[in-house]
Amino acid sequence: MKRVVVRVAMAMSLVLFASVSTGREAVPMADDPKLEARLVDISQELRCLVCQNESLASSHAELADDLRQEVRELIRSGKSDQEIKDFLVARYGDFVLYRPEVKPLTWVLWFGPFLLLVIAAIFLGVYLRQRRALAAPAALSDEARERAKQLLKG
Amino acid sequence: MKKVLIPLVLFIGLVVFLAVGLKRDPREIPSPLIGKPAPEFSLFTLEGDTKFSPADMQGKVWLLNVWATWCVACREEHPVLVAFSEKNQVPIVGLSYKEIQPQDPAYKSPFDDKLKLARERSQVWLKRHGNPYVTSVMDLDGRVGINYGVYGVPETYVIDKAGVIRYKFVGAVTPALLAEKILPLIAELNKS
Repeated sequence: MKRVVVRVAMAMSLVLFASVSTGREAVPMADDPKLEARLVDISQELRCLVCQNESLASSHAELADDLRQEVRELIRSGKSDQEIKDFLVARYGDFVLYRPEVKPLTWVLWFGPFLLLVIAAIFLGVYLRQRRALAAPAALSDEARERAKQLLKG
Repeated sequence: MKKVLIPLVLFIGLVVFLAVGLKRDPREIPSPLIGKPAPEFSLFTLEGDTKFSPADMQGKVWLLNVWATWCVACREEHPVLVAFSEKNQVPIVGLSYKEIQPQDPAYKSPFDDKLKLARERSQVWLKRHGNPYVTSVMDLDGRVGINYGVYGVPETYVIDKAGVIRYKFVGAVTPALLAEKILPLIAELNKS
């Protein structure tokens, strides 16, 4: 009997604490599922400025909430995806985009890795050629062959 | 001998590269607003039922400092701003950013109630810690903050006589930053 009481008490305390630790209330979804889908689409391409490695779609930061609200209103006012992104870039810079526009300022970002790959390939080519040259058996001169024969005969 | 040195040089290069990367603050994101006109707004001030807009500061070099009573780094920054304001070198306008936070029970109350509560809290806080601001404006919903690209409080903007943003700093202002960066910039902007 005692055991049962303890168990019930434990279960009850679990339930109690679980309800305590649920934290912030969920932000209500807008009524329009179409709008919400577009919001998710757009905000997956946008960076949350506070957490930096999270997208605006998945971030729980307060600023992300505010920005999602802002994007919702821009969608409602009939702005295109590009216009919405431009709106955010004008305020937070290219950093807010996960796929920044290709322009001279972002060339290093876009093409840098390929440039490094090409440089690495050139180094590899040069290295392999050198190694092959080292490993290739040197042709024996007639004189050396003669000497080798003598030595082998003992 | 030369060949032996190549990996060493590469390694040192890599170390320097990573060390520089470690030293850089990832919060320092270059603001696209630098060199652009400060976004217009018209917001209630902390003091009374007047509104303030950046156009009121036309012809003056001024600082816009984003703050809130809930912001911990602001408390650290505040004595620096108070001491700085006592020298009367440049007017500092405060932007009280989202004083009532979403987790606050008062968050969903009507605008007027929120404004009243935010004013009360801010005034108490400024009385206790000193008031460096010529005025503060109440950005309750953070919309003006979004227009200024605010993503972490405190932030400080230097705005020139023509109303163009010349400098932005994210984080707590330090005496060194004031002396080395902000004051020379203000002196230069005041000359023109």
